[in-house]
Amino acid sequence: MGNDMDISNASPSAAAKFLSETNLYLAPDPEIMNNHGLERRTAYEDQCIAKENDPVRLEIVRERLLAGVNESYDMLENMGAAPGAKWGDCVSAVYTASGDLSLASSGGVVIFCNLVQYPIKFINKYWTGDTSVGVKQGDVFIVNDARYGQAHNTDQSMMMPVFHDGALVAWAGATVHEGENGAIEPGGMPSLAEQIWDEGLKMSPFKVAENYQLRRDLVTFLQNSVREPKLQYSDMKVKMYVCRRIETRIHEAIAEYGVEAVVASLRMNLEDTDAEVRRRLQEWPDGTVRHAWWTDGTLRENVQIKINLEMTKKGDELILDYRGSSPEFTNRSNNSLDVTVKGMLAQLFLTFLWPDIPRNQGVLAPMTFIFDNPSVLKPGFGTPSAQSMMTVFTAWSAAQVAVMKFIYSNPHKYTRVVAPWFNMINTFLFGGLTQHGEMVGNVCADINGMGGGALADRDGQHGCAPIFATMSDLGEQEFIEEEVPFIQIVSKKMMTDNQGFGAHRGGMGYQMILAMRDSPAFGFMLTAMGAKFPNVPGLFGGYGCPTYPLARIQNIDVFDILKTNPGSFRYSIEELMNERPFADAVYSTHPMFLGYTLAQRGELYMIAQGTGGGFGDPLDRKPEDVMRDMDEKLISHDVAWRIYRVVYDKTTLRVDSEATKAARDEARRERIARSKPYKDFVADWVKSKPSAKVPYYGSWDDRTMVHAGSPDKLHPAAQVNPPVVMANPLQVKIDKLQAELAALHGAKGRA
Amino acid sequence: MKVFVTAALNIDLTHEVWECSNCNHNLGPARGNYKTGLLVQERLPQDIHAPILDQEKYDFTFAPDADWCRILEYCCPNCGHLAEVEYLPPGHPPAFDIELDIDALKAQWAEREPLTAAVLGPDVTPLTHTH
Ligand SMILES: [Zn+2]
Repeated sequence: MGNDMDISNASPSAAAKFLSETNLYLAPDPEIMNNHGLERRTAYEDQCIAKENDPVRLEIVRERLLAGVNESYDMLENMGAAPGAKWGDCVSAVYTASGDLSLASSGGVVIFCNLVQYPIKFINKYWTGDTSVGVKQGDVFIVNDARYGQAHNTDQSMMMPVFHDGALVAWAGATVHEGENGAIEPGGMPSLAEQIWDEGLKMSPFKVAENYQLRRDLVTFLQNSVREPKLQYSDMKVKMYVCRRIETRIHEAIAEYGVEAVVASLRMNLEDTDAEVRRRLQEWPDGTVRHAWWTDGTLRENVQIKINLEMTKKGDELILDYRGSSPEFTNRSNNSLDVTVKGMLAQLFLTFLWPDIPRNQGVLAPMTFIFDNPSVLKPGFGTPSAQSMMTVFTAWSAAQVAVMKFIYSNPHKYTRVVAPWFNMINTFLFGGLTQHGEMVGNVCADINGMGGGALADRDGQHGCAPIFATMSDLGEQEFIEEEVPFIQIVSKKMMTDNQGFGAHRGGMGYQMILAMRDSPAFGFMLTAMGAKFPNVPGLFGGYGCPTYPLARIQNIDVFDILKTNPGSFRYSIEELMNERPFADAVYSTHPMFLGYTLAQRGELYMIAQGTGGGFGDPLDRKPEDVMRDMDEKLISHDVAWRIYRVVYDKTTLRVDSEATKAARDEARRERIARSKPYKDFVADWVKSKPSAKVPYYGSWDDRTMVHAGSPDKLHPAAQVNPPVVMANPLQVKIDKLQAELAALHGAKGRA
Repeated sequence: MKVFVTAALNIDLTHEVWECSNCNHNLGPARGNYKTGLLVQERLPQDIHAPILDQEKYDFTFAPDADWCRILEYCCPNCGHLAEVEYLPPGHPPAFDIELDIDALKAQWAEREPLTAAVLGPDVTPLTHTH
């Protein structure tokens, strides 16, 4: 008798067919998700390139396609209903038939489209041959589950296959930061998510339109799954028509240049980018740059989380090794998927370093990424990641610093070296009923107001752009206030001394003081790190940003105050909080994270956007630049002296140059006198493990070992057992109060 | 031949040493950590980023928490010029941040024109927009 279980003689294709038909669950495919490089050239691409390989002609086709993509991006930005779309947190792009991102729109968020390659590859692999799904002309697919390839679940992408003569020749895609997605908190970025099922919609790639028609049964289901049903429908229509516009422009290019030229252009765009990036990497010095940074919370509690980077460049390759970073937090949403880290880093190279390079995924092809698996930057499948920005932005900034240290010496540059950009979401998320009776849940455009880093020859720009979308907008506050029931009483006003000091200073962050009115039910949440440990450093002797709290004034109605006693109001956080002008008001400060909280009419919520890092020794800052900052109330007299050592007349701001020079010389002498040689300093200062005062996560001196919340919980990296599970902060508070109560009862002699 | 590695630190390839770009003071072997040639002092973070809100009244003041963060300032022992600022949790080992392959660097610069200062790079300014 033969062995029934022996399938060694079965044909390989039969075995593969059997396995594919009996697969119970199509999870994200590691073969797809672990490869950020280019797909192999297909036989058809080879044929097309054999026929069409004149670089000039391919460039003409490329520009033609790019014009179409940019046109589609304008549509997306102008018609998109999500606040994110209106202010540029969106993107559209063309992908090869295999799914590689070949051409992204010139505006918009590169990370979004970089990540859409993965769901397209999933669709190609699993749905094309599946008779219950299939991929046909006029189909449109949707995705938001980050584990299949999105920056986070608040983004929604739609993807349309582009056919020519019945053959798939490309994909079109559009992504919008939609905001609301039915998560446990409104607005799409739930800090409270402890499980992936708290994160709202989990759309793996599926078909939502056939023959260019959205399926209303599916749309209705999705509308019922979120707090903004109107937004869900309207933006699905917008994204579908954006894809369709791209499809039209591809068809027109095919009609004019032939399908081979279009396919060859899309493919060569990737290969040429890869080759050019390798050529540029050759210009960097070979070596290793190390940079670690710490973020200070999970959005539920303050803990110290290390992001560790060792960047090694050799020849034409770059290795980004993030091992030694914090373990994953299994019931917190601040973990970032590794694909998100990689996509975000594409943004660093394509917009901050080489903005002249075509925006496609070829830029990452020469790069290798290494993560501990699992860790906070490569969490397990069931670990939440809805607030991935809390760690991915830090990972991005660590890479920014490392890259700048590599390129400063290069004789040929493509942009200027820039100190760390501010990197955190210092903005309000909101949700509730508007003055128009509509339910909304979303984020303020002030997310885009991050301060720019300083440069070698000039100061950074104030409230410039977010690190993820260099060409986005802040929006018009008055327009925004027509749609939502809160007012920024102080808006876009720079905050004195909120500066990254340096020979050139960082671009500064503005303050926002807002209050709700005209709604029966409306609330805010905040999702930012950096109230205890700054979010970014400076560069080459410059300082980083300060820390940022949330300040609140409760038990007042500011609208009544402005009506009855307007003179008592103060137009800065500093004056309001320090002078406390309102009797009976309750003044408080908090970390800049706040779970969704219903607002009372007229109570004040106050935050500041962040400043970019400074560049170079502040004692080298030109005294007249310091005085200009004084004149613009960007700094105080205290900073002008304590940091910049400028001697001047306090009324006229006239600089005493000689006295300033003498004061600065003296400051440098004092510096030398107060400092120690490195070896002596380190021998005295360095400790063998973190302090017990602060819950610490990640490596200390040895990146193969990571701490999991205390100096003595030390595990091999990626083998943290038991895994990190955080206690409910409310329970922590209750336990503490109960212990106090028990102690009091004990003191009174009761059991 | 000098390589302008940061705005404050050069490598003299001929002598294989780090040096202060402000005063050319020798800071030690180019194959080693430049920090060993510098002086260091620890600063409390609030001495740089001073509280903006009254620290008597509030827990969070815009100043970093000294239990979480210290600032190390590295300066040239000769001229006192600030070369690097490092933010660390108290007692965390400082980074050996720039470790270049000096042989590869020499080979690379053998093909290049010597520079007298770091190259700034192109000025990327938006095109003027007219209607
Ligand atoms: Zn010096």
